[in-house]
Amino acid sequence: MIRRRKAGSEPKKPLTSSPLQSESGENKDQKKNFEAENGKLNVNENENENSKNLNWKSSTKSRGRSWNCLDSCCWFVGYICSIWWFLLFSYNAMPASFPQYVTEAITGPLPDPPGVKLAKEGLKAKHPVVFVPGIVTGGLELWEGHQCAEGLFRKRLWGGTFGEIYKRPLCWAEHMSLDNETGLDPPGIRIRPVSGLVAADYFAPGYFVWAVLIANLARIGYEEKNMYMAAYDWRISFQNTEVRDQTLSTIKSNIELMVATSGGKKVVVIPHSMGVLYFLHFMKWVEAPAPMGGGGGSDWCAEHIKAVMNIGGPFLGVPKSVAGLLSAEARDIAVARGMAPGFLDMDVFGLQTLQHVMRMTRTWDSTMSMIPKGGDTIWGGLDWSPEEGYECSPKKQKNNNSEAGGQNGFGNLGNATQVHYGIMISFGKGVAELHSSKLERVDFRGAMKGNHLANTTCHDVWNEYHDMGVEGVKAVADFKVYTAGSVLDLLHFVAPKMMKRGGAHFSYGIADDLDDEKYEHYKYWSNPLETKLPNAPDMEILSMYGVGIPTERAYVYEFSPTPECFTPFRIDTSAEAGYEGTCLKGGVFSVDGDETVPTLSAGFMSAKGWRGKTRFNPSGIRTYIREYNHAPPANLLEGRGTQSGAHVDIMGNFALIEDILRVAAGATGQDLGGDRVYSDIFKWSERINLKL
Amino acid sequence: MASILRFRKLCILVPVKCSPVSYESHDAPEAGKKEDSPISAVEQVSEKPQVKKNKRQPKQWRCIDKYCRMIGYICTTWWLILFSFNCLTANLPGLKVPEPPGARLRREGLTALHPVVLVPGIVTGGLELWEGKPCSEGLFRKRLWGGNFAEIFKRPLCLLEHLSLDNETGLDPPGIRVRAVAGLVAADYFAPGYFVWANLIENLAKIGYEGKNMFMAAYDWRLSFQNTEIRDQTLSRLKSQIELMYLTNGRKKVVVVPHSMGVIYFLHFLKWVEAPPPMGGGGGPDWCNKHVKAIMNIGPAFLGVPKAVGSLLSAESKDVAFLRAMAPGLFSSKTLGLQTLEHAMRVGRTWDSVISLLPKGGETIWGNLDWSPEEGHVCDSLKKRQLQASASDDKGNNSDSRRAFHVKELTKYGRIVSFGKNASELPSSQFSPLVFKGSSTNSAGVSCGKVWTEYNEMSHDSIRRVAENKAYTAETVMDLLRLVAPKLMQRAEAQFSHGIAENLDDPKYNHYKYWSNPLETKLPNAPDMEIYCLYGAGLPTERSYVYKLTPPDRCKSIPFQIDGSADGSNSCLKGGVYFGDGDESVPVLSGGFMCAKGWRGRTRFNPSGIATYIREYHHKAPRSLLEGRGLESGSHVAIMGNVAFIEDVLRVAAGASGAGLGGDKVYSDIMRMSERIDIRL
Repeated sequence: MIRRRKAGSEPKKPLTSSPLQSESGENKDQKKNFEAENGKLNVNENENENSKNLNWKSSTKSRGRSWNCLDSCCWFVGYICSIWWFLLFSYNAMPASFPQYVTEAITGPLPDPPGVKLAKEGLKAKHPVVFVPGIVTGGLELWEGHQCAEGLFRKRLWGGTFGEIYKRPLCWAEHMSLDNETGLDPPGIRIRPVSGLVAADYFAPGYFVWAVLIANLARIGYEEKNMYMAAYDWRISFQNTEVRDQTLSTIKSNIELMVATSGGKKVVVIPHSMGVLYFLHFMKWVEAPAPMGGGGGSDWCAEHIKAVMNIGGPFLGVPKSVAGLLSAEARDIAVARGMAPGFLDMDVFGLQTLQHVMRMTRTWDSTMSMIPKGGDTIWGGLDWSPEEGYECSPKKQKNNNSEAGGQNGFGNLGNATQVHYGIMISFGKGVAELHSSKLERVDFRGAMKGNHLANTTCHDVWNEYHDMGVEGVKAVADFKVYTAGSVLDLLHFVAPKMMKRGGAHFSYGIADDLDDEKYEHYKYWSNPLETKLPNAPDMEILSMYGVGIPTERAYVYEFSPTPECFTPFRIDTSAEAGYEGTCLKGGVFSVDGDETVPTLSAGFMSAKGWRGKTRFNPSGIRTYIREYNHAPPANLLEGRGTQSGAHVDIMGNFALIEDILRVAAGATGQDLGGDRVYSDIFKWSERINLKL
Repeated sequence: MASILRFRKLCILVPVKCSPVSYESHDAPEAGKKEDSPISAVEQVSEKPQVKKNKRQPKQWRCIDKYCRMIGYICTTWWLILFSFNCLTANLPGLKVPEPPGARLRREGLTALHPVVLVPGIVTGGLELWEGKPCSEGLFRKRLWGGNFAEIFKRPLCLLEHLSLDNETGLDPPGIRVRAVAGLVAADYFAPGYFVWANLIENLAKIGYEGKNMFMAAYDWRLSFQNTEIRDQTLSRLKSQIELMYLTNGRKKVVVVPHSMGVIYFLHFLKWVEAPPPMGGGGGPDWCNKHVKAIMNIGPAFLGVPKAVGSLLSAESKDVAFLRAMAPGLFSSKTLGLQTLEHAMRVGRTWDSVISLLPKGGETIWGNLDWSPEEGHVCDSLKKRQLQASASDDKGNNSDSRRAFHVKELTKYGRIVSFGKNASELPSSQFSPLVFKGSSTNSAGVSCGKVWTEYNEMSHDSIRRVAENKAYTAETVMDLLRLVAPKLMQRAEAQFSHGIAENLDDPKYNHYKYWSNPLETKLPNAPDMEIYCLYGAGLPTERSYVYKLTPPDRCKSIPFQIDGSADGSNSCLKGGVYFGDGDESVPVLSGGFMCAKGWRGRTRFNPSGIATYIREYHHKAPRSLLEGRGLESGSHVAIMGNVAFIEDVLRVAAGASGAGLGGDKVYSDIMRMSERIDIRL
């Protein structure tokens, strides 16, 4: 029946006609007749078609059936693949200048990169250039590892794509950690810095660090032979890089080689971030006598170094490092937690990300090199700080004082807009704004550390907080506020092992008498306040850094809810000043700087500590301050901007690159135009009362 | 009921589709819509609709869909295989890689002792762009040479332009700076997956080596050796690095591991470093003794390689000749505008370093028209006996018709280049003396494409005269090259020398051009040093060539080519190339002679009696595909993955001496060959 109907159904039958009708007798008869006449033909036709389609049928039958799922799946995949390939192909076939062409079409002609511009001016490579990368930006690769790291030999564990973090996070964290006692390799693991320019040209694909500067230097004639990346393992303490890898000797030998092969031209050193401290250490090391130092003699620096161009140098440390050590978080993480509370401490997944990160970073000695130095003298006391009166967002100044005042039960005596930057860590927001005379502090230093919560091991993450017990944690919080000086005590209390290790390598004080013999020890070499600059009157020191970006300066902390299993402190993201133009946001007081290093830390030594002939700078090395006011990129096409002042992005700042190129081609700081200042660094430096 | 309803609709509609003329336009879209979902339910009940559907399907199954589906299949299976491969390789016991020698030796207690310096050879080192013409935009600090060579396919001409050097100076052309990649990455892999040093590095790391005591002395292998110092100060860098490693590793001398051309580069360095400053490094006469423990030469090209002649004459070697035999016209297809060989030749001829690989020592070493040290070498070791018998018979028949006094068939390796197969076999008395007249250079000014080689400046006459001279030995081949490529040779002969010194104390030998020729220099005064010759043996290696004139074509710029049709019955001659024993690139003679005889004991080339050792590695082809390039390979580059070889290097690096390794390990006839060479020691 079905068959017949199908074959014979009238082609022109309108769609709308009721199908039921066709079941009626009359219609049937009619139909039969119709079929008798017509059907044969049709059937024949159909059969012809059938036979024609037999091939189709036999082949498509199977296809037709599986078409539903597998085929459509494959069809889809194939579709996507082909499109992807097509795009890839057209991308590859595209001339290299195409993106630039598009950019220019949209934004108008781009300015020449400084290298091209200066090459047209006739600048040529003259002085060899040494780059000293900072913390975190340098690549690290595996040379020997445990079973779980198989196949990663000479692959980057740090830098590059970070693919391994996702694939085997625990393995990765294990390999990146150092030995908790010695601060060197754990047994069976060797992670070493990548060497050569590739060590830090790009941090991750597309995220440049030194690459732009390198490209511009190449435009005026630099190449591998007169550019040297002094890559070092940024996790270990400075002296240990020499002990383990002989990195300092390598740098010395390479600088000597470059000076010799370039016809006696001195090198221009360009350290960035922590590299600034590292190179400070190097300059002391190289002139120190042999067993501890490099034995280069007292005029090594004068003979080999033309200028040190410090980019974003945390000479006096960064407050961020305190937060990093206390609770492994900085503003970004605090914000993330504010957005999605519980995400980072999701115990359910066994992630405990922060705890792992903390355990790992606490084995890195180098983080301790950036703890704020100079104590209250530099960073301010309970009631005073050099940055006093800084307006965080001057444009939005309104009189919201009243609102700010009465929020807390404590009451507020002082000028509400006056931020107490000197208090680097405070427990509770109210405390941060209090005047010192109102504070009730309980000294934590004698607090019992006993009460060890022995058996509540929270998975296998272990950090020193477990040894503290509830009493200790409470005692810490009861002390309420910490200045740069007392923060050190706090860290000693909270992480005794780490600080003991660090104490052997770094020092954070101010020297009373620089001629004291004890200052010949290497632990003072990276602290500009406890060393003399080398005797090199022809050398120049430039401090180049970005300004105009709010930078972390002080923190408001709170207890974590469950101190047994977690870091007991965390940044109190709810602490908002509540009025506009505030410096307090999400538990962080910010101040002028380059997003990581406050202006004070980057500029003070050049502005005051080393200016002229001081006791820190006995030979009167000339210092210059070059500030770069931050201007965010005009549009997306600019990427990270050519006028950025941010800590890492500044390496793509055209003005900075131009300065470097000019100095490398022979200019002096005076030729650049001397100081270039946007911030209040000179005013602030004057407020600091330091014997010079 | 509902299904029936739907079915009716279907019945009505399908014919509509079938007769498009009548009615289709209105209903087609609607029909498509309605059929979509319900059809499946129905068609399973009945067979008929399937016929209908089939009618429809071909329409929908259009080309693109089918194509996509196919791609999808391929992709998915590929991913599946890849995924399972990734999962399985680690677990399947059968696929487990045998334990690397480094791990084994570590268990034996070997640890890093002496710093190691790796000196890569020609071609294997990466080159990157530092400054280029507009066509190379976006390639800054990208590899032009090594890596995946993607750019060669994208912009071949641009790339060739950047890779060539200035024809006059042998240095950078104006506006172009291509530099050697630095660091271990320079030559660990030549192309992705094709290891060069990576295997050795990994094994060294297993016993404790790392960046601080391992150094890759990468240099620009296109330049002449002295020019690497003049342009890049590479030699100074190497010196400073060795001194640094010596100091920072507790005053342990370095072990140097040069490969291929790196061997003569390091020979040059040894002389340079002790020579006084303006020309040398000023390290003083005991620098080598103080800083170098051992030199472990891998596949050393001490006396040059005949291959270099082939590549200079016509930019081809056996591979190219073979290809040409397979697909004649491929390389000369002017229509495609490829002119590959001409381009390759033009670029290659600007590279001075190639000259350093020309056979050194002339006829004394490489043999003359009638004699060669390798005489009697039987090429196919498997068929040694049968062949010896049958070959002589065969030969007899052929050549008796011409000349009948072939008593015994010996390959005349001494004739490095011969024109025509006959010329390679004739006795020397048949040759006319070589006369190179002042070649009248009257190029007709026919410019063929843009490719220019020096052949264009030669007249047909002089080309023919070159070919008439029939056979060239290692010595006369130099004259041939001088005639054929005057500029190149003029440039290069200021940098390299290929003779044998009469009197090594002659002050002229203080010039740097002699430093890379072991037959014209004395080894440094370093009695504690050791020199190893480590090379593969048992592979057929190019030793001499049969050339022919290319058919006269005004636009063919290379008038000679290897005669791919010349096949000898005694199997040493294949596709126009005579093969000898070696590692596929370097003949045993070149690799081993200096260690076997030239420097053995106290000779005039080795006045302080530096100990020499020969370590040969007999080639064994990889047993299965999984072994990759083999754990027992003896071929020129793959030997770097040879387990026995790696073990030797590791032991020496960990403090062993040559005697500790077991002294000489010889498979080839090198000792006998060396004895045949008559050289004053």
